Amino acid sequence: MPVNSTHYLFLSLLLFSIGIMGTLMRRNAIIIFMCIELMLNAVNLLLVAFSRIYGDADAQLFVFFIMVVAAAEVAVGLAIIVMMYRKVHSVDINILNRLKH
Amino acid sequence: MDIYDVLFWGLSVMAVGCALGIILSRNPVNSVLFLILTFFAISGHYILMNAQFLAIVNIIVYAGAIMVLFLFVIMLMNLNADVEPQKGQLVQLAGVISGGVLFLVVLAAIKSARPEAMDRTSTDIGLINNLGRILFTKYVLPFEISSVLFLSAMIGAIVIGKKEHAHEAQKAE
Repeated sequence: MPVNSTHYLFLSLLLFSIGIMGTLMRRNAIIIFMCIELMLNAVNLLLVAFSRIYGDADAQLFVFFIMVVAAAEVAVGLAIIVMMYRKVHSVDINILNRLKH
Repeated sequence: MDIYDVLFWGLSVMAVGCALGIILSRNPVNSVLFLILTFFAISGHYILMNAQFLAIVNIIVYAGAIMVLFLFVIMLMNLNADVEPQKGQLVQLAGVISGGVLFLVVLAAIKSARPEAMDRTSTDIGLINNLGRILFTKYVLPFEISSVLFLSAMIGAIVIGKKEHAHEAQKAE
């Protein structure tokens, strides 16, 4: 069976689900960030696949914008994690529970 | 089973295996290295789909810049020891089950999708010439807005990173 759009849908969905599992399973804030990057990349892969199928370059430009948002998110997010590490000397997200109180 | 299929399956196995390595490895540095390998596999997919410029940008921006930032932070905090407290078995199991249920639900939804054949002929859609022309005509406004977003993110990161020093200086006075 030659590779078609369904294969890319399944691969992308699998990568996205692994990202969700990682986000829910781990307590290290940096790993959670990395899983979010993985989910963004799964979406990028699907956009490129559909750009290929329908011969449309617009989807590839959306991938660029997603990369911009991801880079901005990482810059701010890592700054917040570094700040949090300075305060509590840990990157354990359970410590952020105290924000509730 | 031609060369395209062989490459597709090889890259897919590499991507999924390395993605599992991210969430299963105990050491954060190993997770970062696995994520870089995943990005390389995804870049291979881009090349396979004739998106050459995107593949290079993916390697330079993600594997080159963002992942080095992650590695810097991990090394800075000295997190490369396996000191991370783990979530309880029950919570981990719940995470896996929720992710798996999401996978199954979306799988059931897209199972009946009509398969579109991939176009195997070479096109110049993914070349920088074509992408640049569309970016600076059709999408010039989003492009400018994203540059403002980048600037604000940069300023935000600097402000968040500097706040502590100003506070300590105030205390010292």
